[in-house]
Amino acid sequence: MIAFEYLEHTADIKFRAYGKTAEAMLSNAAAALFNCMVRPETIAVKETWRVELQADDLEDLAYQWLSEIVFLFETESSVFSTFSVRLEQDAASAWRLQAEIGGERIDLLRHAFANEVKAITRHKFGIKKNEVWCIQVILDV
Amino acid sequence: MADIIKIDDNIYEVPIGYRPGMRVPGRVFVSAALREMVEPGTIDQVANVASLPGIVKYSMAMPDAHLGYGFPIGGVAAFREEGGIISPGGVGFDINCGVRLLRSDLRAEEVSPRINTLIDALFEAIPSGLGATGRLHATDQQLTEAFVNGSRWAVEEGYGVEADLTHCEESGRMQGAEPGQISAKARKRGRPQLGTLGSGNHFLEIQKVEEIYDEAKAKQFGLFKGQITVMIHCGSRGAGHQICTDHLEVLNKAVKKYNIDIPDKQLACAPLGSPEANNYFGAMVCAANYAWANRHIIAHWTREVFERYFPGSKLDLVYDVAHNVAKIEEHQVDGRRERLYVHRKGATRAFGPSRREVPQAYANVGQPVLIPGSMGTASYVLCGCDRALELSFGSACHGAGRVMSRSQALKQFTGQDVKAALNRNGIVVRATSPGMLAEEAPQVYKPSGDVVDVVHNLGIATKVARLAPMGVSKG
Repeated sequence: MIAFEYLEHTADIKFRAYGKTAEAMLSNAAAALFNCMVRPETIAVKETWRVELQADDLEDLAYQWLSEIVFLFETESSVFSTFSVRLEQDAASAWRLQAEIGGERIDLLRHAFANEVKAITRHKFGIKKNEVWCIQVILDV
Repeated sequence: MADIIKIDDNIYEVPIGYRPGMRVPGRVFVSAALREMVEPGTIDQVANVASLPGIVKYSMAMPDAHLGYGFPIGGVAAFREEGGIISPGGVGFDINCGVRLLRSDLRAEEVSPRINTLIDALFEAIPSGLGATGRLHATDQQLTEAFVNGSRWAVEEGYGVEADLTHCEESGRMQGAEPGQISAKARKRGRPQLGTLGSGNHFLEIQKVEEIYDEAKAKQFGLFKGQITVMIHCGSRGAGHQICTDHLEVLNKAVKKYNIDIPDKQLACAPLGSPEANNYFGAMVCAANYAWANRHIIAHWTREVFERYFPGSKLDLVYDVAHNVAKIEEHQVDGRRERLYVHRKGATRAFGPSRREVPQAYANVGQPVLIPGSMGTASYVLCGCDRALELSFGSACHGAGRVMSRSQALKQFTGQDVKAALNRNGIVVRATSPGMLAEEAPQVYKPSGDVVDVVHNLGIATKVARLAPMGVSKG
């Protein structure tokens, strides 16, 4: 199983990320989001950031998660390469996400950017579970 | 599925029934040649917009239309105050992404020998690219002022002059800002970025007026052949992106609450008059004002650089247009004057002389319509016509429109190739992330001349001048 793949899109960037679990899928989606901006092998894990989110359904939670990474990228001026995700569903069936993100501050001498992601769109955004979990995302760049 | 119908040489109709749920037909303004470049997905997006409640007349797409999210890029739609909606899908993430044109009193031959130095100085003076923060270091109070008062605030802070304000769409300040509707996150992204150009397709360009199509109108706009102009293309930066992201979540809940059937979650919306709609509008206005302040500050720093190298030279504002915004406007609908919420997503307002919104300096001809070229290709100045009010709620195209995906561009070009090719054509480029140049190669866009010819031939906006790039500073 591949972690993620990019699909053809004229104006923006479209990808699908996969995982045996929803956690793995969300982790791979974050990697796909970052991979189109900076090559991950140029990012050293020098710092970690913690993220906690909750939502009524998994799709909204996934949207918040990816949007949060864009927010952190911009406000922390940092690039990330490791994403460890934990999910829980409480009794009222609300979803909670706890994640630890690893990366470092942007250094333009080492981090060559191919794109800048402005935002995560909701256009054709969706999660499916067949044999594996799959999320489809279109990024506004 | 119903077929697309040719109405006129440059008008194609997407009939009701093309996709389920359409309330009005779609109208795509393209020539036969450009029609070939419009992807089926773009037409589907035109049809999706046609299904939104309260839409008036048509869901429209301009000749530069291409695949977007929610609305197509190049999409225009107007909604009734009664029974209509507002949707961030019709505005986009980069709220009030727009274009500003400055005219100098310098001639190309005076600037040409110093173009490298000038572009280097502009690149240094105006923060751009990833991770760039402004020279401004705005306080929280200043940020609020920028959200509420836009360019007016910038002028009060000493950026630009009073006369600039009368040469901006909305005088650089839209009414109805609600800074209380902006999240802490949007403020955190927006504050350090005020006074930055950004990246992607945003740029600052030194141009020369290469061709005049309409002498009288060019004179009115203060343009002459051989003149140096400066074009600034940018928007509301992270502030706008976050405001859109935040309100999309709220509006996706509103869609369930008000039981609105939408074909795409990016078309999340709320009925006009509802708290959710009012809150989004108030926040969107803040982002629009931020963008006007941003372009104002960048223009000021550009003037400082010109003053250093060409003391005593002038850089007056021709006009500043928004091409990602929703606005309240009065239009004639079935013989009645109605207040509509006009959404322009990758489309420029193109009002003719009959509209009071046109600044006094241009009241007898119509507003300047600024169409940036892609990197290395010509930009155009057009003049809005009253015919646009009948055809497109007074709207024109906004650029060239992509035809090639970014991944395809990266396979075909490298940033270095693109830079070398531009240099061969005498165009100087400075960029923070040269890797991003490949994706903006001129070949990935439709020919901008063909796009502009459609709106010219339809009488939406007529050609006044063509501007050729000499130097580009990019993120």
